[in-house]
Amino acid sequence: MAITAPATSAPAVALEGVGRAYGERVALRAVSFALPPGATVAVFGANGAGKTTLLRILAGLLRPHAGRAAVLGAELPREAWRARGRVGLLAHEPLLYRDLTVRENLRFHARLHGVDPARVQALCDQVGLHARADDPVRTLSRGMTQRAAICRAVLHEPELLLLDEPLANLDPGGALAVAPLIGREAGPARVLISHDAEQGLAEADWVLGLRGGRQALWAPAAQVELADVRGLYA
Amino acid sequence: MTFGRGLRALSIASVVLICGAFALVFFWAPNDADQGFVQKIFYVHVPMGIVALCGFVAGGIYGIRHLRTGDRAHDLRSYVAIHISLVLAVGVLLTGSIWARAAWGQWWVWDEPTLVSFLIVFLLYACYQPLRFSIEDPERQARYASVFAIVAGAFVPLNFMAVRMADSLVHPRVLGTTGGAMPGDMRLTFLVALAGMACLFVTLWKYELASKSASIQLRSLKRRLAGEDDLAPLQRSTAPQQL
Amino acid sequence: MRGTVAALVRKDLRLELRAFESVPAMLMFSVSTFVLFRFGLDRSSLEGDLAAGVLWVTLLLAAVLGMNRLFVAEREQGGFDGFLMAPVDRTALFVSKALVLLGFLLVVELAAVPAFVLLLLQPGAGQALPELLAVLALADVGIAVVGTLIGALGVQTRARDLIIPLMALPLLVPVAIAAAEATAPLFAAGGAEAFPARWLVVLALYDGVFGLLAYAVFDFLLEE
Repeated sequence: MAITAPATSAPAVALEGVGRAYGERVALRAVSFALPPGATVAVFGANGAGKTTLLRILAGLLRPHAGRAAVLGAELPREAWRARGRVGLLAHEPLLYRDLTVRENLRFHARLHGVDPARVQALCDQVGLHARADDPVRTLSRGMTQRAAICRAVLHEPELLLLDEPLANLDPGGALAVAPLIGREAGPARVLISHDAEQGLAEADWVLGLRGGRQALWAPAAQVELADVRGLYA
Repeated sequence: MTFGRGLRALSIASVVLICGAFALVFFWAPNDADQGFVQKIFYVHVPMGIVALCGFVAGGIYGIRHLRTGDRAHDLRSYVAIHISLVLAVGVLLTGSIWARAAWGQWWVWDEPTLVSFLIVFLLYACYQPLRFSIEDPERQARYASVFAIVAGAFVPLNFMAVRMADSLVHPRVLGTTGGAMPGDMRLTFLVALAGMACLFVTLWKYELASKSASIQLRSLKRRLAGEDDLAPLQRSTAPQQL
Repeated sequence: MRGTVAALVRKDLRLELRAFESVPAMLMFSVSTFVLFRFGLDRSSLEGDLAAGVLWVTLLLAAVLGMNRLFVAEREQGGFDGFLMAPVDRTALFVSKALVLLGFLLVVELAAVPAFVLLLLQPGAGQALPELLAVLALADVGIAVVGTLIGALGVQTRARDLIIPLMALPLLVPVAIAAAEATAPLFAAGGAEAFPARWLVVLALYDGVFGLLAYAVFDFLLEE
């Protein structure tokens, strides 16, 4: 069930004219939107449109070069430390040490975030990793690795989830198993990058479209047609 | 951002001081009792050394300022200071070698702690540009270069101390001057030479800063006028290319 | 901070025990280098200056191997990102990596120094153990501090395995000087001679200066 946020609380994400460049190449330009707490925004755009850059800025890993960005009420980069530990990132790489087991990886992250290690076992069971929890990550299939990465991302019960194609490599069983953790019913605000337009639209409250680093679309999901999304990839 | 202020005055001052120093060296300073005329290379070797060391330390100080403020202009200043000091360091090694050969018959003497320290410092700073070149992202390149400049700048005095201590007191200073104290006319010549070298360094530093910042600004203007697609992309480079 | 450092150190030690990348290589390298020196110098026993020099050059080069690998897992498996998003003091990464490198050096020396004594040190030469341990400890701290900083500096570059030794070795020359000068009388032919304690002061000074410096600048290497 979607959480309706009281009007007075700070938006989960608030961007105003945010830009970021790599040397001379501008990856993001003049991106502005505000995401209410508990809501989901689906980010669509072709390769190179700036989606990953946006995600990394929201994660606090990249500093914006222009504009103002605030995540969970903390202004980046000045107050980035206030948001640390409250944001969960699921990136392209699983961010797991390949030579350690799933359990060791998760317990390490639990210690870094000050989370009760017992939660590790509970999460492993929930996503169906209990049989493989003591195997090194490099022995896992991509689907299993993705499940482990999802566990890592939600281990510390973040208030904002940044998901880069979370269902990639997952079989239907896996997708079902992780839904309570990263799906709409999980609770936290979500920024979801997906190439599956239909599925993305179904999941989202808002839609952000990026083309060439620029904001091409920002609207409530209900008002966005599939054709609009497909147009971003043209 | 203008870096070229006072360039004309500085250039004139450099020329005057250096010519003055040469005149003093050849016509006024006395010949050294032990080493004869050859010793006069000291008036080039030592000022070059002192200025190079100050340049390296200045590079470190600008590195600190860059990290504290994020202003890439400081990184540019740091880069140019280290770059010119590196050239001077090579000069120090060459003149030191010539001096050693002329005075003692060997191309290199390990007994001279300053020369040895310079060799080590040179080897360290020779990594500065390869380090910059191997990092693609310009912001990261500037930051990492600043960290290196700070660490290397702090290293210079420590290194001199350690090498000097290692040099046993039994060996006399090969390339020193007569005794330790300099007679008045040598001291004057030395000070003029030092002032000339320092002026030269600052002049060259400002020239290179002005030139680099001009090309950076030119490029940014071109981009704004012509649009991004018309310009060839920046090649990977050791020097800062953006401010 | 202490908890974070402990978690990081435990993770690195576990990784090393699992993959055995650094310590065995450093140890094998040291012993091979001793053999090379035996033939390169055409001497089957060393004492005094020469012994100290061979030992310290070998240990420094072995340390470089450790430096090269120190941050590779973070760089290649996304460890930096995971750490940067955690609500922890970022300097903990520097402290933990320096402790890990120090640990590696101590373990390697535990085997390499006896190997050196067995293989190359002249049988009658003095082996004053407490002084030797003091020199090893202080020098290792300096190597660990500088090595961690340079390892982090170099891991993001392209030719990382080349540029790390090129940067680290000049920076470690004072350590080489002080350690060799301090160790040379300990390996003297007729039994250990007087120990020049001033070199311990130099090492301590080096450790202090670079320790503080590295602590101050390390965070700047982690930002993006």
